[in-house]
Amino acid sequence: MKYIEGFRDADAARFLHDKLAATGEELAREGRTVRVMEVCGSHTMAIARFGVRGMLPDTVSLLSGPGCPVCVTDAAYIDAAIELAEREIIIATFGDMMRVPGSRETLAQLRAAGAEVEVCYSPEGALVLARNNPEREVVFLGIGFETTTAPVVSLVHTAQAQGVRNLSVLTAFKLVPPALDALIADVEVQIDAFLCPAHVSAIIGSEAYRPIVEQHSIPCAVAGFEPLDILYGVQVLAEMLAQDKPALVNHYARVVRPEGNLAAKTLIDAYLEPVDAGWRGLGELPRSGLGLRERWSAYDAAKRFSVSTRGGSFDPRCRCGDVLKGKIIPPQCPIFGKVCTPDNPVGACMVSSEGSCAAYYRYSRTD
Amino acid sequence: MTTRKILLGHGGGGRLSRDLIAQEILPRFGEGPLAGLPDGALLEFGGQKLVFSTDSFVVHPLEFPGGNIGELAVHGTVNDIAVSGGKPLWLSLAAVLEEGLDLALYRRVLDSVKAAARECGVQVVTGDTKVVARGQCDGVYLNTAGIGVSIEGFELSQGAVRAGDQVLVSGTLGEHGMAVMAAREGIAIAGGVVSDTAGVQRLVQAAAPFAAGVRFMRDPTRGGAAAVLGEIVEDTSIGILLDEQAIPFSPGARAIAEMLGLDLLHVASEGRMILISAPECSAKILAAWKALPEGENAGVIGRVSEDAGRVILTTAIGGRRLVDIPRGELLPRIC
Repeated sequence: MKYIEGFRDADAARFLHDKLAATGEELAREGRTVRVMEVCGSHTMAIARFGVRGMLPDTVSLLSGPGCPVCVTDAAYIDAAIELAEREIIIATFGDMMRVPGSRETLAQLRAAGAEVEVCYSPEGALVLARNNPEREVVFLGIGFETTTAPVVSLVHTAQAQGVRNLSVLTAFKLVPPALDALIADVEVQIDAFLCPAHVSAIIGSEAYRPIVEQHSIPCAVAGFEPLDILYGVQVLAEMLAQDKPALVNHYARVVRPEGNLAAKTLIDAYLEPVDAGWRGLGELPRSGLGLRERWSAYDAAKRFSVSTRGGSFDPRCRCGDVLKGKIIPPQCPIFGKVCTPDNPVGACMVSSEGSCAAYYRYSRTD
Repeated sequence: MTTRKILLGHGGGGRLSRDLIAQEILPRFGEGPLAGLPDGALLEFGGQKLVFSTDSFVVHPLEFPGGNIGELAVHGTVNDIAVSGGKPLWLSLAAVLEEGLDLALYRRVLDSVKAAARECGVQVVTGDTKVVARGQCDGVYLNTAGIGVSIEGFELSQGAVRAGDQVLVSGTLGEHGMAVMAAREGIAIAGGVVSDTAGVQRLVQAAAPFAAGVRFMRDPTRGGAAAVLGEIVEDTSIGILLDEQAIPFSPGARAIAEMLGLDLLHVASEGRMILISAPECSAKILAAWKALPEGENAGVIGRVSEDAGRVILTTAIGGRRLVDIPRGELLPRIC
């Protein structure tokens, strides 16, 4: 584990902190802020887990963006999954979807009531379930950003190649760049720079953020998930702000290429096409999701079983949306930590360990 | 969102489990030795101080790297008695078997029970066997109950823990949980990870000469070290400050935890113990532990603070974060 230790070095962290503090102060003297949004949920988790937020100077703030796939999943999508499970269909899902609140209940509660909901560690688990239960229908809950989209598409590809006909996917794939566009367009959201996702960028490539830098002059840095990756990314972004030279930098070149993963992109394009998508908190965003192309509708659970993933309702006091947009931090939500806890999540941001609210609750609760 | 059914998370050893016990068990049985929910009940009988404990075992898969459900069933009860300050002597063994179970596998399980009992110095003295129809249990469920005698000198209680005390751990944390999860999901990593399942009775014996300075002992099973430490400080005026760099983890367990996005402080061990000692005794206990093979990776991982009700971890990179009691089921993250 020497490899990882190198990215968690306390001396290097202190050095970056001091540089960041100097830059932050310089900007503060000009009345300028350093508000950096970490877009990705895994960044949010890493920031909380390593205590990075507390290591930042007062002049620099990190806002958690809409990058946790579980958090942006609509209640209506859960309702659709529950409807399928109630029709005796086997539901296969990533673990943290189990506790996402739908309009009425969660998949964990449904499982306790007797429905077959199976937790998979990888989409391949759904293929195994389909093979082992040839007389049953299996639906995989295909949520996630570009990172998880690729393996789920590869599941469809394998099912198709092997003639597995009792497996389909309930899709709610999301795309990162349209979400960033929506955040920039919202006048109430004040973001000075983006810390861009690590693994999503491994698929889509760092060049995907070029339009944001060029059209909106907002600095973007692709960074890895280790604490030094994050501190360095934030420090470089602050420097770009201080020099008024917004640019796109890739500090995760050990994994991310400018063009991304071409094999994955080709496969995604063969099976999926852009669709309008509903985001919890952000609402409906045009062409911000991916759905199966007409040609593959046999694998599209929504079409195959005629269920809708639109509509749905949830607790109006929940301010998940404002948290996802970076308008408030989780403790500013009136129900955070009181009504809404990891045991009894109201909003999806409290469900996934990657969610902003769960990360805040677990790692930095101070009340 | 309240629940009217038992969820899998109610068995996870975290907050959901505790709530269930607080709401359903304590109101009915919470008077007498069960109060305070120790790992084992301290009972006085005929001038003798006895320790009595029980545990059920439902692990899947039944066999995993480093052990099987048989030795787990011995270690679980032996350890509950040991960390209650007892010397375990006798065990009961009850088995619920599923129709169609491979007899060769059941023999391996029973052989492991026998070997583990001998290693721990306990005798299986009574038992029961039931068979249920296929599909009504998962191969083998075991229950053990055990009786031990209280070791002279230990006066253990959470209430005795005070600021300045030292937090000791007897070895690397979380290997059992990671070995089982890896076996369940077919995750293979270089070097592998092997369950730590073992008896801790010799560690307890080694600490006995310093019993007057030992405030509290517990084995971090379900819920991990985070649950044990969180429960000590919850609703008290003390806290615990941990030093991440001092906490022993094995490279294999770390690799799997990193991959699945789990916190090893939330993951079960089945052969480790946490001990809180007065500051003047910690070095002596540590030296005694390190002289045993099962204590070679032991260390002082933190100290009791005055930060009321909170367990705080100083991270290797120099940050600080709260270590919370896990909620329920450990669910791997999506990406």
